[in-house]
Amino acid sequence: MNKSIETSKLADVLFFNLTRTFAAITLILLFGIIVSLTVSAWPSIKTFGFGFLVSSEWNPPAERFGALVPIYGTLATSLIALIIAVPVSFGIALFLTELSPTWLRRPLGIAIELLAGIPSIVYGIWGLLVFAPIFGEYVQPFIAKTLGKLPLVGSFFSGPSLGIGILAAGIILAIMIIPFIAAVMRDVFELTPSLLKESCYGLGGTTWEVVWNVVLPYTRVGVIGGIMLGLGRALGETMAVTFIIGNASLLNSFSLFMPGNSITSALANEFAEATPGLYTSALVELGLILFLITFVVLSLSKLLLMSLEHGSGAKS
Amino acid sequence: MDLAVKRKLINAFALACSLLAMVFGLFWLAWILWMVIGQGIGALSLSLFTQMTPPPGSAGGLLNAIVGSAILVGLAMLMATPAAILAGIYLAEYGQQTILGKVTRFINDILLSAPSIVIGLFVYAVYVAHAGKFSGMSGAIALALLVIPVVVRTTEDMLTLVPNALREAAFALGAPKWKVILMVTVRSAKTGIVTGILLAVARISGETAPLLFTSLSNQFWSLDLSEPMANLPVTIFKFAMSPFKDWQELAWAGVFLITLGVLSLNIIARVMFRKEEQR
Repeated sequence: MNKSIETSKLADVLFFNLTRTFAAITLILLFGIIVSLTVSAWPSIKTFGFGFLVSSEWNPPAERFGALVPIYGTLATSLIALIIAVPVSFGIALFLTELSPTWLRRPLGIAIELLAGIPSIVYGIWGLLVFAPIFGEYVQPFIAKTLGKLPLVGSFFSGPSLGIGILAAGIILAIMIIPFIAAVMRDVFELTPSLLKESCYGLGGTTWEVVWNVVLPYTRVGVIGGIMLGLGRALGETMAVTFIIGNASLLNSFSLFMPGNSITSALANEFAEATPGLYTSALVELGLILFLITFVVLSLSKLLLMSLEHGSGAKS
Repeated sequence: MDLAVKRKLINAFALACSLLAMVFGLFWLAWILWMVIGQGIGALSLSLFTQMTPPPGSAGGLLNAIVGSAILVGLAMLMATPAAILAGIYLAEYGQQTILGKVTRFINDILLSAPSIVIGLFVYAVYVAHAGKFSGMSGAIALALLVIPVVVRTTEDMLTLVPNALREAAFALGAPKWKVILMVTVRSAKTGIVTGILLAVARISGETAPLLFTSLSNQFWSLDLSEPMANLPVTIFKFAMSPFKDWQELAWAGVFLITLGVLSLNIIARVMFRKEEQR
């Protein structure tokens, strides 16, 4: 009897430590990524210093590297994606929480979530072979004729209609991150206590006024968290962007019609063929920069979403 | 009166925009699925499953890529699932309030959305660079690292859903904690945990970026894990970017297979979880 209690206790300790070890491994993984990338990127960091971030020269034969073009590409495509995706996701979340008949909510929600489940390579091949030709033939000339004629912003929308390019990549990214942002927005909208909403309806508010003046202020933090989550996804998205951004490591004009390069597409296209040494090291440094940017964005997103959950717990 | 009309108009306009946004979202889903099914069915044939990937300009199939993908995904799941389930158990059962638990939960959620190409770089730096060549094993490791956060997260969520009364009842019978966890909580959250595993398979079977510098691809039949191994996503990438008509058609067929697999896994996981919820 005593013996079996002791084996049980031993098993308890063993099992506890086993699970704890694996939890710690997850943690070590993160530090492992940062450390190993820094080590591999060190030759490049040492050679180029801060100049790496502001130089636009990318010249493998001469071993001179600067990250400005890919960083610009990554930020520009992600920004375009956010500008399109945020209002659309807000509309979808509004529809799913306030407008849609109850029986439609679940199927529509699942449809949007399925959009999130489609692998990015599918978006990529669809973007390159289906979307880009149509975009270049019909949509780009139209944009050039309308937005391109405006002062100031006009220069962003000029140049040849190639189909592929920074603008097209941004649009594909928008389609990809809409489900993520919309799902978070829907979930946080549902956190709003019905008491608050009903009070506003009781005062005679319209559906829009309830959402704009009650739901949105109440869930503001969570909505921003959802947007950051989408931004994190957009920054790190690889295949769809690689297919459609055009992969040009030159930056001659600010036109969004021109092909460009993002951090991820530079890695995807060049890494496997890069010569070991400074070239590889510079590419790893690009990856490290990307990881640090997304790490900050995703941490902010997580902290904001957590603070909303705590807040609603305290208030209700 | 004027104000009332204005408010009603604003409301109607906003709701119309919201409806449009919903249609906009579904429009892309429908268009992408339509193209994938249309192009994919046309390219489907028996030779897809019986022949190797061809050189440009000749007919062939995707056999080596399909088998390679299955091996990589299977190996990755074998390596990652037990570790991830144990880590999830720690987070839910032991580490709810501990510092290790809180930090791990936070980091895990970040790794969940971290760029997968960076995971590829990491495996390249610690494995491929030392081995000196691309290999199937490194690809499986990269995929395994992507599985871990997904399974940790779902396991923890599912275990937290198990009512405490169940645990207390088992403790009251004198069961030690490890037995309570393995025989009661994990067992009653089994369906949820399996759902998480299915979602993880769905997530990695379409992953391309981490395989680009680990497993690479192989035009020939190879089951050797220390050599580059063919796999569907990288093959699709290579074939779709090429100017050859035959290759592009094979790429569409591959995309069709992957999309079909991933979407069915997603739907099966949902149906399973739904049933569990209703029980």
